[in-house]
Amino acid sequence: MSTAIEFRKLGFAAGGGQRLLDDISFTVEEGTTTVVLGRSGSGKTTLLRTVNRMVEPTSGGVFLRGRNVRESDPIALRRGAGYVIQETGLFPHMTTLRNVGLVLEAKGMAKRERTLRSQDLLNAVGLEARTFGVRYPHQLSGGQRQRVGLARALAAEPNLLLMDEPFGALDPLTRAEMQDMLRQLMSRMRKTVLLVTHDLDEALYLGDRIVLLQAGKLVANLTPEEFLRSRNPEVEAYVRAFHRGEMSAAAERPA
Amino acid sequence: MNDFLRQYGAQILELTIEHLWLTGAAMLFATLIAVPLGVWLTQKPAWAKPVIGVANVLQTIPSLAMFGFLLPLPWLGERAARVAIVALTAYALLPILRNTYAGIRGIDPSLLSVARALGLTNTQRFFKVELPLAASFILAGLRTATVTCVGIATIAAAVGAGGLGELIFRGVASIDNDLVLAGAIPAALLALACDGVLGLMERSFRVPGQGLPA
Repeated sequence: MSTAIEFRKLGFAAGGGQRLLDDISFTVEEGTTTVVLGRSGSGKTTLLRTVNRMVEPTSGGVFLRGRNVRESDPIALRRGAGYVIQETGLFPHMTTLRNVGLVLEAKGMAKRERTLRSQDLLNAVGLEARTFGVRYPHQLSGGQRQRVGLARALAAEPNLLLMDEPFGALDPLTRAEMQDMLRQLMSRMRKTVLLVTHDLDEALYLGDRIVLLQAGKLVANLTPEEFLRSRNPEVEAYVRAFHRGEMSAAAERPA
Repeated sequence: MNDFLRQYGAQILELTIEHLWLTGAAMLFATLIAVPLGVWLTQKPAWAKPVIGVANVLQTIPSLAMFGFLLPLPWLGERAARVAIVALTAYALLPILRNTYAGIRGIDPSLLSVARALGLTNTQRFFKVELPLAASFILAGLRTATVTCVGIATIAAAVGAGGLGELIFRGVASIDNDLVLAGAIPAALLALACDGVLGLMERSFRVPGQGLPA
């Protein structure tokens, strides 16, 4: 297995000197899913955005297949990495089909070709292209919109998918459906995925590895099994906070 | 009525065309100035207040005074139509400028961030995302400006620029109400027609699923 992404002593300080990312080093293997976990403000979105140069690190660097992203043209880099964010990412004035094919349109692919490709992608994420292709984002449910977002990210056949809280705005059942679909798609396509979430359950379900960030520092980089057994106090605190409801319900059950 | 139309019909038609030409030329110039300027201001928001302020001041100058200011100017003052077109252009600037600026600034910043993250170039982002999302706003500004200009253009007749105002002024001078109406009614209908047509255009550019532009 080869290394797809390497973060090397990555640091990012905001304008006021506040360190949002502090000396972060880890690697992501080709074809695996790494989940970056952390509470709000831990720097996980900033970390994700250094990969496609939406954020330029102030120290250290990000290497894709051994090459510093700083040496890549940002436009080409971004087109080569699928990007999915929470709900808001679809363009309201474009049909579903055009949203999916937008990166291909930007690259200058002929309309016929990109329409066919967009239709295939919609079908692949479980939306019948003939029905859903002509709809606008506001005519879709939250889950359907997220499927379109995923199809759009896959359009340019990227090796790498960057996902920023992709299912954060969905209800738990829809979220579970989306997670299942993502897992199936990923096992078929063997893409490298970097996914940001604050949801431990999602991290355990989707991640081959879980990277825990806290206040801009890397606290742990573990497999899901290791994560649950870890004695690292910060990891334990996260796990405990997450299972609170479960434990309290169990404790109150009469013996 | 028939006699009246026989007598004045050709003149009304001619003056309506003149009226349209004055307004149309002014709208063209105003759009060519105000839309790019508004777009530029979204890049340099610090300039927005002073520039929009200037357009605002232009807007508040009474129209007869504006014609009066422009008449003595060299070249411009030689032909009344020039004076009229420049004055109308000045009046049309503010609504177009303000709506272009507000329309683009009002776009959800997360959408622009996504456009960047997907690898759209700045030009692509402008033409595929910003302009279409702001289009109905810009057209709403254009609509306000056009209707205002059709009205103000009637006053251009006072400096001899022609247009339907000519019939109105002549009617007032000769105390001939029919003549006043021969200018006033077509001018009002023209304003309503422009409002209707531009309103339809504005609606067709509206972003699906979103409310009316403010």
